[in-house]
Amino acid sequence: MMRQAGRLTYQRRKVMNKVWLTATVLAAAATVLALVFILGYVIANGARALNLDFFSKLPKPVGETGGGMANAIVGTLIMLGLASAIALPIGVLTGVYLSEYGGGRFNAVIRFVADTMAGVPSIVVGMFAYLVVVLPMGHFSSLAGGIALAVIMIPIVTRGTEEILRVVPDSLREAALALGVNRWRVIVSVVIPTAAPGLITSFMLAIARASGETAPLLFTSLGSQFWSMSLDQPTASIPVQIFSYAIAPYDDWHRQAWAGALTLVAMVAVLTLVARLAFRGFKVQR
Amino acid sequence: MRLTAPETEPASTRARRHSLGRGNITDQAFKGLTLLVALSVLALAGLLVFELTKGSMLSIRTFGFGFLSSQHWDPVHQEFGVLPLVFGTLVTSLIAVILAVPISIGIAIFLTEVCPLPLRRPISFLVDLLAAIPSIVYGLWGLVVLVPWIRVTMGPSVQKPLGWFPLFGGPIYGIGVLAAGLILAIMIVPIISAVSREVISSVPQAQKEGMLALGATRWETVWKVVLPFVRTGLVGAVILGLGRALGETMAVTMVIGNRHEIVASLFSPSATMASTIANEFTEATYKLYISSLIEVALVLMILTLMVNILARTLVWRFTAKVKGERTL
Repeated sequence: MMRQAGRLTYQRRKVMNKVWLTATVLAAAATVLALVFILGYVIANGARALNLDFFSKLPKPVGETGGGMANAIVGTLIMLGLASAIALPIGVLTGVYLSEYGGGRFNAVIRFVADTMAGVPSIVVGMFAYLVVVLPMGHFSSLAGGIALAVIMIPIVTRGTEEILRVVPDSLREAALALGVNRWRVIVSVVIPTAAPGLITSFMLAIARASGETAPLLFTSLGSQFWSMSLDQPTASIPVQIFSYAIAPYDDWHRQAWAGALTLVAMVAVLTLVARLAFRGFKVQR
Repeated sequence: MRLTAPETEPASTRARRHSLGRGNITDQAFKGLTLLVALSVLALAGLLVFELTKGSMLSIRTFGFGFLSSQHWDPVHQEFGVLPLVFGTLVTSLIAVILAVPISIGIAIFLTEVCPLPLRRPISFLVDLLAAIPSIVYGLWGLVVLVPWIRVTMGPSVQKPLGWFPLFGGPIYGIGVLAAGLILAIMIVPIISAVSREVISSVPQAQKEGMLALGATRWETVWKVVLPFVRTGLVGAVILGLGRALGETMAVTMVIGNRHEIVASLFSPSATMASTIANEFTEATYKLYISSLIEVALVLMILTLMVNILARTLVWRFTAKVKGERTL
């Protein structure tokens, strides 16, 4: 009797083990399937809508088919360039301070602020850029959009830089210091070059994150149907253009939105890929 | 004697000391520069809070605390209360968390305990990839695929047996609370699962091996050793996901329908704080309207800040605990 009961519970435990472990497999499979489904949809619809015009022509007014998003692509690149020009130096220098100088409570404060800034919803960042740039200037501009994206990138680059610099072995710093090299020279000529691939990884991830952001651009750079090369004009961007096309009732605009989505996903994919490859280089070098 | 000593010093030493002195100045300057920039990041955060508060002053003065408790968001009659927006935000985020948590923790367990080693990296890469898709793309996909699916297939088949229950009642537009919750769930799975994975992989191997040696099955090891050990960290991971869901804008804006009412049905349109700002800010025509929207942003920021700080404290406390056990 006893032995039989023991065997039964043992069987039951084995079955439960199988059931729950299978459940975890299903969870992973469902997620991967969702990814394949979403990406597949974007690629299938986007590829059908993409053509040369998309990259070279301006948007067409309502009623006319065709046209493209050339101005939005350029607008996105301008704003990403501007955001990088602001955020990369600020993020790197703050990261250098956190990892190489200072210490204790003050560092903890900066780290805490950077982390909480990274958690601020992007729409709130857009509101902030509206208040500090658009209102004083009196109109929407790519400058405001670039600044909004920079605010999103700064905490990412800061924390990324700090983490990467911390991985650089102290023996390298000490070797350079022992040769009589100054502290700042050690940072600029030894620490940063050693960490360069890792830094590139963090830059690419920050840019990838910013490139898909829509909410901060809605009321900073606004959008435009025309070319706008100057920094103080409303400027089109791929994400905002997708948004306005997606919520409009025209089939041709939906096609354009899919093409834009595919372009955006491809951009993010390339940036992420570069980030991964660079990080591999970082590991090998170490 | 002392006065003459420096003259007998070899020239090379003098040159070195000279350059050392100059080096100290550049050293100080470089350190000062990095400090200044670090301070500017603090200033930026301060400015963010200040500007939002300043911008919402008009609304704060007009409505006071009534802004937080009023159920009416009515731009036509110049009445603004944030309650329906907070409600929409919390409900959609809650749906997302309820759906995403079992799946995310399942993935984390799968990747740390079940998955064959060579498959771990590619599968975790694929899950991480979900986090890289821009939210506007989720929104587009939600609008074109998810919304019609809810309207045509899923909604009616749920409503037929359960329509008497208010949660599933009312007309089905496709857009609404459920669509937003589902999209958010997909979007926060990679965040929760990434943090959970990290947390779970910190469980000391010896503890798991001890349990297995006592004759436990793998699942019993997970359930009785791994999960209790990482509880704090997992709660932190979930709250981190919640923080992301609360502030998510574009995907929600596109599928929620923008209706400012406290609703019972999962199928009815609603609005979140973020979606209201995105939808209405460029159309806000008078000062009080604009100021109220800025106050919505302020409330949203305070809410997400509190949630994020809570999450980080939990994760931080967990890592401190793991470190403590390692040194024992």
